Amino acid sequence: MRTVFGILPDALAYGMVLFTISIGLSIMMGLMRVVNLAHGAFAMIGGYLASFALVSLGVSYPVAILIAVIGAVIISVPFEFLLYRRIYRKSDELTQILLTIGITFFIVGVANYIFGPTSKPIPLPELLKGPFDLGVRMIPTHRLFVIGCGVVTAVALWLLIEKTEFGVRLRAAVDNGDMAEALGIRTQIVYSATFALAVGLAAFGGVVGAELLPVEPFYALRYMVTFLVVVSVGGAGSVSGALAASLLLGLADTTGKYLAPEFGEFFFYVAVIVIVYIFPHGLFGRAH
Amino acid sequence: MTPASDTAGPVATAGLRNDLIAAAAIAGLGAIGYFVFPDDLAFLTRVIGLAFLVISLDLVTGYCGVATLGHAALFGVGAYAAGNACLAGVTDPILMLLVGIVAGTATGLISGVLVTRFRGLPQLVLSIAFGQLVAALANKLSSITGGSDGLAGISPGPVFGMFNFDMFGRTGYVFSVAVLLIAMVVLLRFARSPFALMCRAIKDDTLRARMIGVAVYPRLVVMYCVAGAVAGLGGALTAINTGVVGLDSVGFERSAEALIMLILGGAGNLWGALIGAILFELFHHYVSAASPFHWMILIGLLLIVVVLFFPKGLVNEVVRRVGEFRQARGAR
Repeated sequence: MRTVFGILPDALAYGMVLFTISIGLSIMMGLMRVVNLAHGAFAMIGGYLASFALVSLGVSYPVAILIAVIGAVIISVPFEFLLYRRIYRKSDELTQILLTIGITFFIVGVANYIFGPTSKPIPLPELLKGPFDLGVRMIPTHRLFVIGCGVVTAVALWLLIEKTEFGVRLRAAVDNGDMAEALGIRTQIVYSATFALAVGLAAFGGVVGAELLPVEPFYALRYMVTFLVVVSVGGAGSVSGALAASLLLGLADTTGKYLAPEFGEFFFYVAVIVIVYIFPHGLFGRAH
Repeated sequence: MTPASDTAGPVATAGLRNDLIAAAAIAGLGAIGYFVFPDDLAFLTRVIGLAFLVISLDLVTGYCGVATLGHAALFGVGAYAAGNACLAGVTDPILMLLVGIVAGTATGLISGVLVTRFRGLPQLVLSIAFGQLVAALANKLSSITGGSDGLAGISPGPVFGMFNFDMFGRTGYVFSVAVLLIAMVVLLRFARSPFALMCRAIKDDTLRARMIGVAVYPRLVVMYCVAGAVAGLGGALTAINTGVVGLDSVGFERSAEALIMLILGGAGNLWGALIGAILFELFHHYVSAASPFHWMILIGLLLIVVVLFFPKGLVNEVVRRVGEFRQARGAR
């Protein structure tokens, strides 16, 4: 029982970090069919910006998050404009993989050229530092904060997609891009907005999740695969699927690391193979 | 060598001529390497080992259209198997190569059964997961892989009982070029076989291939076994030449790099795979000395440029240009 309570908060927090970062990728892949391996690179940009804002500019934590999200979106604009637009929907996976790996290498190289090859601290505010008494046991307040962020993100996205005008256009473009275009939805704008949303979410996740996925020079490459796996297991374009996949894989990974640390990511990938083999379109995904 | 040999039906005499040209080309390249860069033989030998991985990847990606980011697993298992065979007393290099081939084929079988079942994103993720699984195992099973320290102390005996491996890597280099020459000629023949042509058909239009009665899944699995044999051969060769096998030989970076090399040279063409490996490694060799992050910026830009402007790879682009040139001259 003690072990269960030890694992669960960490698994939940880790899963929520995975969700916050991966959901942007999931929506993007569902909509634009781009296997965007550079998604983690945008999360890394967010982390670097937040660290810079907190340490060098001395702003408060919420402001740093804002700077990170807005900064990452601004930085991503030229990439969207020059490169991603060429590979929306039409090109084959191999082209997308290579182009986005190229973008990742480029971003990693530039980020480290500017900020140096050491890992970057993202100091927490006093409020999130201490432990929090759950009654059953104490857990770090930051874990609760991360879980809260994940829940808020999920609810906000659900509302955005199901209840707003933008959501309607988005879903129409996902289901049938050509038809949506014919009906007067300007899909290019929907695509660009979605790309910005995806990058913003990645940056947000990169900052709040920095305790669990530390911001370091090879961040973008190290977690590249993890984010892609979450999307694939959940089913591209599905918010609930991404949430379920994140929690499931977070649990598999955290449990594996607690109970058999020497096996590393062995259990994580066994879980991935089994799930993907049984549900090739993801837990909640649909065949395209 | 010419594009016609890859696409037109195999003609026996033309096939033999092409094989001879291929053998001469590799022998010539090998000789240039040996006499022009006598101090870099260890580096060139490493490139040849990696070239096998890229050629193997070409068999599944270029010929079958399977997108994979876990191909280094086949290479690494071959290397570990050959290394362990050597430590267990099988020190004959040829036997070690055979061990690598067998281990690579077995890994290719498992990997192929898993990966070729689906297309698209599930396929990609399964290939990654398989590769990461093998990497995690290589880290964990330290009794046979040496864990993060790697497998060391592999000292193969003389080739044919006559040629000892020397510290300058001369024997290793000549041995590697010879293995490459034989393997390349065999594979070029294989690439012209009805089997490989059918794989191309599957790549171009899976549905149509299935409609004319092609058993798609078994074919892809068999191709994966062949690719496993080639990658295992390369792994074993690398183990023989370097004397160590590290975790990097199964890692994700190795898989991704192999894919980059392949696209750089040109997928669907075994020469493209070979030349892509050589170009990438030369680029790496000369640029990474500056700083690992400068190197990453440059390789990133190179990749973006190649994908946008030479989507079929450099070799195929050159072949296309030469073809157009000939046509233009013929028309005149």
